[in-house]
Amino acid sequence: MELIFEISRPGRGAAHVSASDVPAVDLDHIIDRKYLRDELDLPEVAEIDLVRHYTNLSRRNFGVDLGFYPLGSCTMKYNPKINENVAAMPGFTGVHPDAPDAFARGNLELMYDMQKRLSSIFGMADFTLQPAAGAHGELTGVMMIKKYFEKKGEKRHLILIPDAAHGTNPASGALCGFEAVTLRSNMEGGVDLEHLESLMTEDVAALMLTNPNTLGLFERNIEKVAQIIHSRGGLLYGDGANANAFLGKTRPGDMGFDVIQLNLHKTFSTPHGGGGPGSGPVGVGEVLVDYLPVPRIVKNDSGYGWSDHFPDTIGRMRAFYGNFNVMVKAYAYIRSLGAEGLTRATEMAVLNANYIKEKLKPYFDLPYDRTCMHECVFSGNRQVEQNGVHTSDMAKRLIDFGYHPPTIYFPLIVPEAIMIEPTETESVETLDAFCEAMISIAREAEENPQRVKDAPLSTPVSRLDEVLAARKPDVCWKK
Amino acid sequence: MSQNNPADRLYSKDHEWVKDNGDGTAVVGITDYAQEMLTDIVFVELPPVGKKVAQGEPVAMVESVKSVSDVYAPVSGEVIEVNVELENAPDLINTDAFGKGWIAIVKLADKDELKSLLSAADYDTLIREEKH
Amino acid sequence: MDYCPHTKDDIARMQAAIGISGIEELFADIPEKFRLQKLPDIPYGLSEQETITLMSDIAARNQLPRMTLTGAGAYVHFIPSVVSHIVGRSEFYTAYTPYQAEISQGILQAIYEYQTMIAHLTGTEIANASMYDGASAMAEAAVLSAKMSSRSKIIAARSVHPQYRQVLRTYCWANGYTITEVPSAVSGQLDLAGLQDALDESVAAVIVQSPNFFGCLEDVTPIAEAAHAKGAMLISGFTDGTSLGILKPAGACGADFVVGEGQSFGNPINYGGPYLGIFAAREKFLRRIPGRLAGATVDKNGKRGFVLTLQTREQHIRREKATSNICSNEALCALAACIYLAALGTNLKTLAALNVNKAQYLKSRLLQIPGWTEVFSAPTYNEFTLRCPDARAVNEKLQAAGIIGAYDLQKDYPELANTLVFCATEMLSRNDMDRVIEIIK
Repeated sequence: MELIFEISRPGRGAAHVSASDVPAVDLDHIIDRKYLRDELDLPEVAEIDLVRHYTNLSRRNFGVDLGFYPLGSCTMKYNPKINENVAAMPGFTGVHPDAPDAFARGNLELMYDMQKRLSSIFGMADFTLQPAAGAHGELTGVMMIKKYFEKKGEKRHLILIPDAAHGTNPASGALCGFEAVTLRSNMEGGVDLEHLESLMTEDVAALMLTNPNTLGLFERNIEKVAQIIHSRGGLLYGDGANANAFLGKTRPGDMGFDVIQLNLHKTFSTPHGGGGPGSGPVGVGEVLVDYLPVPRIVKNDSGYGWSDHFPDTIGRMRAFYGNFNVMVKAYAYIRSLGAEGLTRATEMAVLNANYIKEKLKPYFDLPYDRTCMHECVFSGNRQVEQNGVHTSDMAKRLIDFGYHPPTIYFPLIVPEAIMIEPTETESVETLDAFCEAMISIAREAEENPQRVKDAPLSTPVSRLDEVLAARKPDVCWKK
Repeated sequence: MSQNNPADRLYSKDHEWVKDNGDGTAVVGITDYAQEMLTDIVFVELPPVGKKVAQGEPVAMVESVKSVSDVYAPVSGEVIEVNVELENAPDLINTDAFGKGWIAIVKLADKDELKSLLSAADYDTLIREEKH
Repeated sequence: MDYCPHTKDDIARMQAAIGISGIEELFADIPEKFRLQKLPDIPYGLSEQETITLMSDIAARNQLPRMTLTGAGAYVHFIPSVVSHIVGRSEFYTAYTPYQAEISQGILQAIYEYQTMIAHLTGTEIANASMYDGASAMAEAAVLSAKMSSRSKIIAARSVHPQYRQVLRTYCWANGYTITEVPSAVSGQLDLAGLQDALDESVAAVIVQSPNFFGCLEDVTPIAEAAHAKGAMLISGFTDGTSLGILKPAGACGADFVVGEGQSFGNPINYGGPYLGIFAAREKFLRRIPGRLAGATVDKNGKRGFVLTLQTREQHIRREKATSNICSNEALCALAACIYLAALGTNLKTLAALNVNKAQYLKSRLLQIPGWTEVFSAPTYNEFTLRCPDARAVNEKLQAAGIIGAYDLQKDYPELANTLVFCATEMLSRNDMDRVIEIIK
C-alpha cells in the first residue's frame, strides 16, 4: 500500500481551521523569526482519501474482534463494547487534569473506589493507579522496594528473578540499581527451593515472582517461598501479568506478596490498542504504603481530593494521575461482572487452557505435564527434530487458518516454546477449531514441511525480511 | 556446515579465535561455529581504539535480529585497531568469520595467556560435543 | 453478567475431555489456606443497562467546564471527526503489539507514518513509536543520556513543567543520578549564565522545554552549544505540540533528543490520560533509544512491508542490560496523532498561528484590567504568564462561572505569588474571552 505521504498532493487538506474572530496580529511581530520554522512538510490529503487510507490499513490488521487471539501472557479476551461507550462519555473525557477538584468529583470518586475494589480483589492494603502500563508499574514497585530499604538503612543490592520471568523484570530491577540474580526453576516448573535458600541472603532486596509463572503453572510452594524471603528481611514482588488465572480464587496479599502490579489491559479487558495504552496499577501491603507515588487521593470534607503530602513517597512516575480513561473501562468491567462474574471468568479461562492442553498433548511436546492455569506452554521440538519445521513456521501457518499465532519462543527455558492463552471469552467451538488447525499443521509439518515454511500464504505481504530491517534501518520515510 | 577451524590460530571456549601476529599483537574474531549459532548478524558494536580489556571480559557485542551476545576478549591487552568494515557490513562475520569478519587487533598484555587457549583440534572436539 | 459463552453442557463436555469432575480440581495447586470462597467487597454484577446508568451517574458528578483556561501540559483542542472514527475501528483497537508483522501491517505502517511525521515536526531524523507520556519520555531521555555517557549529573531548567521535574527526580534517584535546576532569567527564558556555571564535564544532559511552563519560547541554539561544549546532551521538550506548526523545532537548533507530550494531536483531555510521549532523536542514537520502532523492509517477493525492528534494544531481549524497561506504549494515541496530523496537514501552521492570535487577544484584554502586568518578556505561543492583584480570587470567580481558570504558579514557584499562566487555544471564541474579562473585572 502507498504511504500517506505518497498520496499527498499540495493544496489538498482534510481538516480546515476556523477563521479567526479576533484582531489579526502579525506573527513575525509577536515572535522573532529566529524562533519560527522554515517549512512544514505534512501530508496534504482530502478527507475521503484520508479515511480510505486508514480504513484500508485497518483491514490489514488483526484484532480480537476478527478472530481467536491466543497470544500467551497477553490475555487477549473480548473487549466489551459497553466499556468503550462509557469511557467516551463527555463527563469522563472532557475535564482537564488540573481542574479544581470540584470539576472532577466523579473522576475522583471512581478512582478512589477503583483503588478500594482492587485492594479487596488482590488482598492488598492500598493501590496506586498512576503507572501507565505493566512495566511502568513494575518500575514503580521496584522503586518502592528500593525506598523501603533506603529508609531502613539497609544496603541490599540484589534482586532475584526466576529464569522463566518476563524480560521486564530484570530490566526494572536494573533501572533501580539492583543486580539481577537468576533463580532456577525445578523439574516441575516451579521455584527451586534449594536454590532459593542458597541465594536468599541479606544482600537480596526482593524476589520478583510471577504466579502462576510464565509456564502457566501455579507455584505450589508459594507459602514456603514467601517465608524464605521474609525470614531474611526481603520483600516478595508479584508480577500480576497472569492475574487472569486466579482472580476470585486466591489473593496475592494472602499468599505473602508485598507488592503487585496489574495490567488492566490484560485482566480487566481494556483493549490493547495495537500496543497501548495500558494501565498498570500497583498494589502494596502495609509495609510499603508510605512509599506509594504521589499525588494520592484522600478523603476530605468535600469528598475526595489530591494530596502530595507523603514525605516517604518515591515521588512521581508520570504527569497527572495515570491512564484515567483506561481505568474507566476497567471499572465498568469490574462493576458489570461483579464478584461472581470475575470468578467465573477465571474458572472458564483455566478450563479453556486445560482443554487445549489435553487436546494438543498428543501432537506436540508438553514439557511440564500438569494442570495448568490460564495458559499452557508446548514445545515445537518434535517438529524441529522430525521435520525441520520450527515453531515460528507453525505460528505463521496458523495465520492462514485465520488465527493470531500464540506467543512463541517465550518463556526462554522452553525450547521452541508455543504459549497458548485462550482466555475465558472463547467458545468450545472456537477452541475445537483452533486445535484442529494446530493438529493439521502438525500433520502438514510431516507431509509437506515446505508448505509450513512458506507460510503465511494468505496475507497482503509474505514473510518480511527482518534482517534487512535491522541491518539497514528505515524508520522514517524520506522523499 | 561450519568451515574447518584453521590451525594457524587459537580458540577460546566462548567461541572466539586469536591469531598471533608474532609482533606482540593478535587478531581477534568469533568462530564460524559461533556465527552459525547466532544466525544473521545485523550489527556489531566495536570497542573504541585504546580500550584495555582483560581476558574473559566483553570486548565487543554482536547482534542478530533476536539476540545480543557479548564477544569476550580471549586475551588481555589494548585494542589498537578495529574492523570498521563491520559497521556497514556486519554480515562479513557470517560470510567470512575467520577472514574479513575479524573484529579487533589487540596489543597483547601477556603472551603466556595464549597457552590457556585451545588448539584447532581441541576446539573441533569442543564444538562436536556441544552439538550433541 | 460475564462474557463467557460456555453452556452447562459445554462445561460438562470439556471437563470430561480433561478428565476432571469439577472446576475446583483445576485449582488444586493453590494451597487450601489461600483458597478464596468469595471475593469480598465486590457487589453483584450489573446488567449492561444498569452499568450505563451507574457510569452516567458518576460522569454526571463531574462538571463539564464551559471553558478551560489552563494548559500546563494538557491542551483542549478541536478534534476532527475522522480521528475517533478511525481510531474506533476495532481492527486497530482490539489488536496487541504487532509482533506478527504479516497480520499487523495496518498498525505498523501507521506507526511508521507517525514516526516520520514526528521526526519532521521535531526537526530530528528519527522518532520511536511513543512512550507513556511527555514526562516519562523526558525522564527516559535523561536516563539514557547518563547511561551512554557514564556521567551522573542532569541539569534541568526550572521552567520545565514541575511535574516533569518531579518524574525526573524519581527516575534519577532510582538510578543514582543527581539533578541540578537552573532558574530563569527575567525574560522567562533559561538563564544562560547560570547554565554555564552549572555545566561541567560530569553533566550527562541539559533539559529545557520550549515553549516552557511559563509559555515562553527558549532560544535553544545557544543552550545546545553550551551543553555540547561540555560534552553533555541537550534534551529539549515542548508543552503544546501544536506549537510545532510554526516554531522552529529543537532538533533544528541542535537538540540531541526532542521529547514531549503528544496529547494535543487528536487525543481528548481525559483527566490526564491516556496521552502519548513523543520521543525523537538524532539518527546516531537509533540503536540506543528506548521503545518500539516500526521499520520498512521487503517481503520475500520484494514487496514493501513493515516490521518492529531493532528489538535487541528492548527488555525482552536485552533484559537487565536494557536501557529502559518499557514494553506497552501508547500506540492507539499515536495512531490518533498520526490521523490528526494527516488530517490537518499544512493547516497545522494555520492552527498554530490562530492559537497565537487568540492568546494575544486574551492577553491584551487582561492587561487592560487595572493591576494586571506581564511577568516575562520572552515571546510566547498560546500560553502566557501575568501577575494580578489576587490570583486565587480570579480563579474562584471563574470557577463560580463554570470555567476552569488559569494555572496558579505559586504552588510550584513560591517566588511567583499571584501569577497565573493562561492558555488560549482555538477553542476559545472572542465572545468567550470577552466573557472571561467581564467575570474577572
